[in-house]
Amino acid sequence: MSNEAVAELNQDIDLDQVDSIIEPYLGKKEMVIPILQKVQDHFGYLPRPAMEHVARRMRIPLSRLYGVTTFYAQFKLKPRGRNIIRVCKGTACHIQGSPKISERIEQILDVESGETTDDLRFTLEEVACIGCCALAPVIMINDDPHGRLTPDKVKDILDIYE
Amino acid sequence: MSAIKLTIDGQEIEVAPGTTILEAARQLGIDIPTFCYDPELPPNGACRICVVEVEKARALVASCVAPVGPDMVVHTESERVVNARKNNLSLMLANHPLDCITCEKTGECKLQDYCYRYGVASTEFKGEVKDLPYDDTNEFFLRDMNKCILCGICVGKCQQVVGAGAIDFTKRGFITNVGPGFEDAIEESTCVFCGMCIDNCPVGALIPKYVTGKGRPWQTESVPSVCPYCSLGCNINLHVKDNQVIGVSPVEESPVNRGHLCVQGKFGWDFVHSGDRVTTPLVKNDGVFIQVSWEEALDFIVDSIKDIQSRYGADALMGISSPKASNEENYLFQKLVRSLGTNNVDSYTKRCHASAVDGMMDAFGNAATTNSIDELAAVDAALVIGANPAESHPILDYRVREAAQKGAKLIVATPDLIELVDVSNYYLPLKQGTELALLNGLANVIIAEGLIDQDFINKRTEGFDQLKKAVDKYTPEYVAQITGLDEEEIRAAARAYGSAEKAAIVSDAGVDKQTGGSDFVKALANLALLTGNVGRESTGIYLPYGENNLQGSADMGTLPNNLTCYQHIKEKEVRDKFSKAWGVEISDNPGLTAEDVFESGINSSIKVMYIMGENPVACGGEKEKVTGFLEKLDFLVVQDMFMTETASLADVVLPAAAFAEKLGTYTNIERRVQLSQPAVEPPGEVFADWAVLVELAEWFGFDWDYTGPEEVFEEIASLTPEYSGISYQRLVEQGLQWPCPAEDHPGTKYLHEDSFNRGQGLFAPVEYDPETAAISEKDAAVCCAPGHHGCQCLSETLTRRSVIQAFKKSCCI
Repeated sequence: MSNEAVAELNQDIDLDQVDSIIEPYLGKKEMVIPILQKVQDHFGYLPRPAMEHVARRMRIPLSRLYGVTTFYAQFKLKPRGRNIIRVCKGTACHIQGSPKISERIEQILDVESGETTDDLRFTLEEVACIGCCALAPVIMINDDPHGRLTPDKVKDILDIYE
Repeated sequence: MSAIKLTIDGQEIEVAPGTTILEAARQLGIDIPTFCYDPELPPNGACRICVVEVEKARALVASCVAPVGPDMVVHTESERVVNARKNNLSLMLANHPLDCITCEKTGECKLQDYCYRYGVASTEFKGEVKDLPYDDTNEFFLRDMNKCILCGICVGKCQQVVGAGAIDFTKRGFITNVGPGFEDAIEESTCVFCGMCIDNCPVGALIPKYVTGKGRPWQTESVPSVCPYCSLGCNINLHVKDNQVIGVSPVEESPVNRGHLCVQGKFGWDFVHSGDRVTTPLVKNDGVFIQVSWEEALDFIVDSIKDIQSRYGADALMGISSPKASNEENYLFQKLVRSLGTNNVDSYTKRCHASAVDGMMDAFGNAATTNSIDELAAVDAALVIGANPAESHPILDYRVREAAQKGAKLIVATPDLIELVDVSNYYLPLKQGTELALLNGLANVIIAEGLIDQDFINKRTEGFDQLKKAVDKYTPEYVAQITGLDEEEIRAAARAYGSAEKAAIVSDAGVDKQTGGSDFVKALANLALLTGNVGRESTGIYLPYGENNLQGSADMGTLPNNLTCYQHIKEKEVRDKFSKAWGVEISDNPGLTAEDVFESGINSSIKVMYIMGENPVACGGEKEKVTGFLEKLDFLVVQDMFMTETASLADVVLPAAAFAEKLGTYTNIERRVQLSQPAVEPPGEVFADWAVLVELAEWFGFDWDYTGPEEVFEEIASLTPEYSGISYQRLVEQGLQWPCPAEDHPGTKYLHEDSFNRGQGLFAPVEYDPETAAISEKDAAVCCAPGHHGCQCLSETLTRRSVIQAFKKSCCI
């Protein structure tokens, strides 16, 4: 998703929601991670205006909040799609051709790994191992595993998800 | 606990428990390399260059975090240690550009020095290297994060010492970086451009732009000087090459600023080499200035002043001096004016601080800030009211912040959300102009809850009963209504201040316009007197001024009714002493103040004015009145570095040297007299103010036989009890705080220890007046006090000619 598209989304962030999340934690700077988690739960990611608001209300420098959010993998600074695709990059899947699966998905969705489509339909991620090597190469979309894939099967599977 | 004995590199040492191996080694003079260690930041043991070998320990230990143990045997340069350090350096070089040939840091780069020390010429680890874009967006410095070794000292200084919080570590692993949130440019962050990250960067990641290509560290001379901006008088070293100042660094061991600076000290000195300098004497002819020789100019001045005084009397002359000029220059200035038969000598910028001075004089009999700057870091409670030290006097902000981080209770009572709120325990966002009500309310709670120091009140003060009666109605309920605060907040703040062992108040001498003048300062004094928080270490009231030598210029007698250090002109003994020393008769007629003349219109008698280093036209909101008055004068002389708004109205303009071009002393708010050395030669036919005054005195026929500022200072010391133990010889070592009555006296750290200058401390009942508050609300936007707007100061005469003009963040002029 382009920075412009993110910026456009960020314009409509409801800061009252952020306030109600912060309220119980005011003055407790050590609670910044739970606050950020709740803000992310609410918006699906950490919009910059929300981060700036947390910084202001909690009297914590924005640089420090940014440091925290970029340190932990759980925090996302860009919106995530309605459907999360996780492509397994484990050894078994790799040998069975997962790079080709990734390539096809990237081609269809016009995003790279780690990115989200502009229509917020999909976020594409890579994971170390899903744990069902017998199905290699395998991807998960949300909670559904799709195994023994070939590049040609990818499009029909993606079409299931809106 | 008893001391711990250990052996380091064969030398035995005893140190206190909890001392780190690094600190113990440094006590022995053993140099263990460090990157991430900084004495004022919590050690994090991240860089591992300081590893040492401890016998019987399994692995090498990081000496900056490892505490000493009994009978420890430590080797700081064993083969294991050296190999580990070589490896460490080699790893750093693997991801560090080797452009030392052009790198500005060459010669003072720790990475370079340690590689040299351990013979590491290149890396044995080849791999990915960083390729980050430069941040070149701001006027002050360049950030090349490819050179950053992630020591984190800049982050510590920015977050903890300064509190700007502009930068932090971002991301993790190989791509870890240091920078502002969302990878914004520094320009768009909360950076205050204090330059402390630059001063502490061990490598060349942060480079001030002014120095680029101008000279190597070993080619420059370092000249001790005093910052020419605010009244804290930070100690700086000017870096000089080829008669040019090419940089500034803070003095690490300074008791004033301890290696800290703000944007003004770090970047504001470049006006010295401004192309706008007046470089020859100028005389106005048909409305146009023409260059003349010094002889012509001095001749013209002496003839004109003599002529006017012969026609209208001696009191037709008035001298306006500068709180930026040195002590010696201020002293000579008032000596010259008084030698010409009048006491009409004053400084105009002082009026911004007049009410503060009056309030302190009434309460204690001495207008000066009571305690030293550094004592603030050790208070148990601090009340910050009517000020934003982060903007006006950043070093005070750093000290209060330090105290708060050490556990002091911090009360911030300001309408605006100032920077110190970040570390405050009690934030009281009161309505503009209601400070007086709050202060009375705090006094009310302190009395009601028995938090007063009865013993102190009995022995050291007078007027307690009147005060008690006066604040009786200022209950938290009543004050809450006025201020818009919560009653409980008021009580809690009063308890925090009242129950602290050592509590200080930080405000600003420029508070007048906002809060109703001297009454506000008296109310501060009431709180300090009630709780015995004055006359002891780490207590008192801080009222810093806007100008670097406002304290000194007043000490030097550039006041119409006072000679040096407030020896009153009305007293015959005083006049006799000075008359004898100067060989002239001193008038007993107290002169006019600058305010009388410029604002109140009591000026018909003034026909000629000599203004040294001031710009009254541009200072404050009375531009038309001041201009009108100056235009009507028969004769106006202005001595200045620049063709200011005031100078352009003059008949004669004399060029003046900048602080970096002259020798002299300056006195800061903690009464510390500090010596500033000349670093460069003045341009053109420019001389220091003192030299011009000496020459002018000769032309007037006075027998002034000074060979330099040191002799002037000796004369000041001989006539001024508070300065009598101070000499240039002693000042070369370190500044001294007056009163310093004898040559072996160490100076006075804080005032009023045994008694107040007026005898007893005076409680002064003061009432909150809603009308004053209403006016102050209106006036808040046009606060006149210079130096209160971040980097814009003294009518912008200096800052307008400096790169710091670019820093608009906190400037409202």
